[in-house]
Amino acid sequence: MQEVKEYTPLIVAFCCNWCSYAGADLAGSSRLSYPANVKIIRVPCSCRVNPMFILKAFQRGADGVIMCGCHPGDCHYTSGNYYARRRMSLLFSMLDYMGIERERTRVEWVSAAEGAKFANVMNEFAKTINELGENKRLEDLRCK
Amino acid sequence: MQVSDIKKKASEMLLSGEVKRVIGWKKGEFDYDLTPATFESVEELEDFVYDGFCGANLSKYLIKESKKEGKTLVFMKPCDTYSFNQLLKEHRIVRDNVYVVAIDCEGKLDIDKIKSKGIKGILSVKEDGDEVIIDTIYGESKVVKGEVMLEKCLTCKSKEHVAYDESMAQGVENVSLDRFSEVAKLEAMTADERYEFWRGELSKCIRCNACRNVCPACSCVKCVFDNDASGVSAKSNANEFEESMFHIIRAFHVAGRCTDCGECSRVCPQHIPLHLINRKFIKDINTLYGEYQAGADVDSRGPLTNYTTDDLDPSDIFGGNK
Repeated sequence: MQEVKEYTPLIVAFCCNWCSYAGADLAGSSRLSYPANVKIIRVPCSCRVNPMFILKAFQRGADGVIMCGCHPGDCHYTSGNYYARRRMSLLFSMLDYMGIERERTRVEWVSAAEGAKFANVMNEFAKTINELGENKRLEDLRCK
Repeated sequence: MQVSDIKKKASEMLLSGEVKRVIGWKKGEFDYDLTPATFESVEELEDFVYDGFCGANLSKYLIKESKKEGKTLVFMKPCDTYSFNQLLKEHRIVRDNVYVVAIDCEGKLDIDKIKSKGIKGILSVKEDGDEVIIDTIYGESKVVKGEVMLEKCLTCKSKEHVAYDESMAQGVENVSLDRFSEVAKLEAMTADERYEFWRGELSKCIRCNACRNVCPACSCVKCVFDNDASGVSAKSNANEFEESMFHIIRAFHVAGRCTDCGECSRVCPQHIPLHLINRKFIKDINTLYGEYQAGADVDSRGPLTNYTTDDLDPSDIFGGNK
């Protein structure tokens, strides 16, 4: 009998080293739960996230990609997240233009003190992606 | 402004030694297959042409030519001067080594559009006001110019030059369509329709890289797609993902620097409307960060190398889809 693989969404979260990664850490040490299928990738600053990273994440099987950074104005490097904000706005708008579901990508600002917010955002995002189902429009079958 | 005047100007400047070389368009085997070329002597200028098929943007050639010894004379149409300015802003061209002569452009012709009208055995093509007269081995045919113009010329952004050392242009009236109407039409579709549209278009891509190689903005010394470690260098698109990825990244890398010269669509052998991807970025930049025309000046900051503290968040732009 053919084995039916149960669908569990894979979520990639790019978290900046100074705020969001520390926020995730706080969520952990506060024993707040968020889905285990959120895979965190630590980046020095949200500005480090290249559009290619987002696409590569989808290629390697992500069903949703979320970028977290310091709140605007709080960037460790003064202005990194402002640049990232413009870039991601344009990139996400382009993905939408290409017909890729706009709910699959998101930007959230999470500070180091917001462990609860981090857990909430991830729970909510995982729920959205779960409802959306598998990423079919930007998948690469060789990586499945 | 006559072609003979342009040729005369070029030969005068070559003879006087003021310039070492001239960049222009060179006659090909047929009337319609012209190539951009460098002319270094008056004899070579015999093959110089300027007609309805000179759609090629010459500004990118200056990156290499302006670094050579001596001055380079270049003839530029209005839209080429925007690309030229943008390259100056990025410090890619040595300005002192270039002599720009502005010339008029009344919209260039698309040979594929002429051929798709069933016109075969073309011997010569002449423009006469709003008409194009095509002499073929089967006799003469006439078509309305507006029907056989290049896509980029139908939506021409300006007939005014933004940079030149000397102008031979007499000015042409600009009667063009709204360049964002096609983008707006796509935006009005549902996500599924857009997905189908782009799948249909992008699946035609053969990854010849012509769009990348011709683009004046796309002139990095080492391109991301030439990086062996990227997994996508110098090979055809393996699947749907790579087709989308190549075009999204190509357009993103020139976002905010693309002057909308339309060369990408002109050279695409598969006729993919690549300008619609670039224009989407331009349209978004205009609506989100204020009207911006890349190449209109040489000192302003580009939209992606700039920010304001009250820019919208991506989630606000998409109407709070949380």
